[in-house]
This record gives sequence, structure tokens and C-alpha cells, in this order.
Amino acid sequence: MAKIPVQFTLNGSEKAEFIDSGTTLLNALRDKIGDTSPKGGCHQGTCGACSVIIDGELRLSCLTLAETCNGAAITTTSGLAEGGVLHPLQRAFLDTFATQCGFCTPGMIMAAKVLLEHTPNPSRDEVVEALSGNICRCTGYEPIIQAVLAAARANSQNAA
Amino acid sequence: MAIRRGRGVAAINYPTGMNLGGDPTQALVHSTPTGNFMVTLSSVDLGQGMKQIMAQICAETIGVPTDRVVVDTADTDTGPHCMGTFASRGTHRAGNAVIQAAREARQVMLEVAAEELEVNASDLETDGQGNILVKGAPQKSISIFDVALSAHFKRGRSISGRGMFLIPRSYPDKETGAMKPSTCYAHACTVAEVEVDDETGEVTVLTVKNVFEIGRALNPKMVEQQLVGGSWMGISHALYETTEPYYPNRDHGGTDFNQYLMPGPGDLAQTEIIVLERPSADGPYGAKGPGEMCANPQIPAVANAVFDAVGVRIDTLPITPERILRALKAQAAN
Repeated sequence: MAKIPVQFTLNGSEKAEFIDSGTTLLNALRDKIGDTSPKGGCHQGTCGACSVIIDGELRLSCLTLAETCNGAAITTTSGLAEGGVLHPLQRAFLDTFATQCGFCTPGMIMAAKVLLEHTPNPSRDEVVEALSGNICRCTGYEPIIQAVLAAARANSQNAA
Repeated sequence: MAIRRGRGVAAINYPTGMNLGGDPTQALVHSTPTGNFMVTLSSVDLGQGMKQIMAQICAETIGVPTDRVVVDTADTDTGPHCMGTFASRGTHRAGNAVIQAAREARQVMLEVAAEELEVNASDLETDGQGNILVKGAPQKSISIFDVALSAHFKRGRSISGRGMFLIPRSYPDKETGAMKPSTCYAHACTVAEVEVDDETGEVTVLTVKNVFEIGRALNPKMVEQQLVGGSWMGISHALYETTEPYYPNRDHGGTDFNQYLMPGPGDLAQTEIIVLERPSADGPYGAKGPGEMCANPQIPAVANAVFDAVGVRIDTLPITPERILRALKAQAAN
């Protein structure tokens, strides 16, 4: 079967790949491009571990065909740190011990990033709502909720 | 028909590790030429932080900063033998093995330093910052960096150590049947408050207050993290999780995350964690195994709270609305 060319920007750098038709964005990112930060938990859109940001919107990369992403701007967790400095959300996840095995963490951070872009000072309920599509086995969620609230506080202090 | 409130208490003691034919773990420690230390294990870090804890234990025993220790785990082809990370045994079993290996490595390190400083090894101590000093005369010192270089390139010594921790198999006494199936008990107590809707059978957990006695918290923040997650998991086992809701019948078992129920971030009870430290006699620096134990007391506490709320004993997990309603119906029929 003929390969399909696909071009998009990933964390600000241009990517071009030939893929098989039907390849999910998750598999294209992990297996073709080598960005393993999105995780494949369920491959059916129920766990959130594969979450990425496409043109500013939170998307499940396991349910997105790579060939539909031509020209898109894609952000993953591996693109958040700048010049060796962690993103405030990454910093907050570390400081509040919001990870254990770490498998859900990139998806949680993506969901939280989109929330904070639209709602810089979210309530606890808004954080819970934003994370409700992401499953975690280890933490009991509370440290993750606290991490997102801490990142929001850090952002507003930097802005002030 | 009403929302009824109940409170339940449960206390548990929980063994560390297991004893089915002996429970060994082996560890090897060696220094690099520049005085960093490598711990080799076959134990696995599941995310609970075993690598960090083993690095702390090795560093504490040898007398170097934790960031001078690298831990390599989970290559069962090449690593020393370990029974595995399960039964809450990782910190306790592997930690004891690491202490033994690190002590042997420390002894060689002090012997090489003694040759370099022309003193007796027994007169030396470490400062915890990467230096070896003569007791009472700290101006006479040598860095561990230089000791490792000397050992490798001048003295021909291997700064290394072997550790093996074994809980031997316990056989039943022929007369009494008494045996010691397990060792080193951790303890916990949970108080759970619930609301039960006696029309729908739904249970809402309002608060969970846990006290955990875990020996010594070698890394307090990581222990707390594990206990908070464990408390959540205990609630999940009590009320939600099963692959076979009509066991042994497989019908209606969840086949994916849509059907397999777990509490999400919107279903959290207000959770409180208190850690009690009573160092264990045979644990590494007093530690016990809190891993599995921390997800257990919530289950009987919730069952007791449901009984307190609506007067029915549910003795099958999870405590689903269906089971509560069936029990309420049976109770009314009597």
C-alpha cells in the first residue's frame, strides 16, 4: 500500500514522515518520530495517557489519524521544558509528588496545560473536571489536583 | 427512603514479605574509579521509589551523599538474585541486602584510605560529604574520589561488597503446628464515614482517616505519596473494582476502562494520613513494608460504615448498590 506523506510541527520543529494510511498520531509520534512522551494506555480513548495538544485543543492521539494532522501544530509533554528549565506544571508535579509510576503523567500535564491556558486561576472543581478524562492508578488523584492548583498559583505570581 | 450516614473503624496488622520456601534478596555494590557507588539489584522499581530508597540506604551506610549512588535494577539475566518486588518486601529485603553489601564496600574503602593516610582503618570516619577523616584529627583527610582512584590504579583493590538477606523457610512444629509464616508487621487503622442511599444502594465515602505504623519513613514525602494513593485504592477495592461482579460467573465483567470501575478525580473522599514511626528490629534503618498494607484497612472500615448506616453486613467485595439493596430486601423480609 502506498505511503502517505504527512507534515506538521511538533513542539515547534517541522516534521515530515511517510506513514501507512490509518496510522494513529500516537503511533506516528512514538514509532516514526521517536517522541515517546505520549503513552499508549488503552488505544481506545478511555484512559487519557496519550493526550496531546493539536492547534491549541486537547486531543487523544490514539483516536486521531496522523494523516488528518497535515499542517497542524502539535504539542507534547516532551516539548514543554525550555532550555533545560521545566515548565511550571512539570515543576509543580515534581514539588507535590504527583507522580508514582509516571505513565499517566504526560497526559495529565497536557490536560492541565489546556485548562490553564483557558482558565488561568481554576477552582478545584474546574481542575477535577479537566482531569476527568485521565486515569491514574497510583496517586489517588489528590496530589495531581494539588499540582495543577500549585502551577496556577505559580503562574499568577509570575504574571503579577 | 433516606440518605443514611454511618461510621466504620478497622485496624489491621500486615506482614512484610512472604515465606514460601525462604525469602532471599541479593545486592552487589561497587565503586567506580572516581568514587561513585553502583548498587546492582534484580528488584524492580514499580514507581513507588525503590531506586531512591536503595540509593539513600547505600549512601547512608557508606557515608557519601545520595547523589553519589547509582542504582541499577531489574535485569534478571545479569543482576544478583531477588524474589521480586511484591508482598511489600522491596524496601525491607533489598534494603537489608544493600546495607550488608555497602558495609563490606565501606570496609575496603576505609582500608585503602588507611594505607594512603598511614593510619589504622579503625581510626577513620566518613563526613557524609565525600571525605574520609581521621577521628579526632579531621585536618588529616582524603577524599573518596582519591581513595577510589588509588584503589583502582595504585593499590589494586576492588571497593565492593556483597549482600544477601534471607528470611529462612519456617517449618511447622510437629507437636503444635506453630510456625512463623511472616515477619515484621506494619499496622494501620482507618475510620471511614459514608452516606448510603437506602433507595438506590449508592455509597458515598465522605471522609477517610488513616493512621499507618510503618517502622521508619526512610523518605517521608514518598511514603506519604504511597499512603495517599493506597488509601484511594482501598476505597476503590471496597466499592468499585472487580473483573467478575458475579464470580465465578464471568458475565458483566468489565473489559475496558469504560466498564471497569474506579473512582476518578471527582469521586475522592476527604483523606487524612498520619504516619507513626516505631522502627522495626530487623528492618533497614527501622523500615517496614507499607506497600500493600496501606490499601487494606479502608475495606473493612467501609464495610463497617455501611453496616452502621443501614444495618446490613456485606461480606462480598465490592460493596455495590445491588448487593446493598439485596441485603436490605432480605433484611426487610425477615
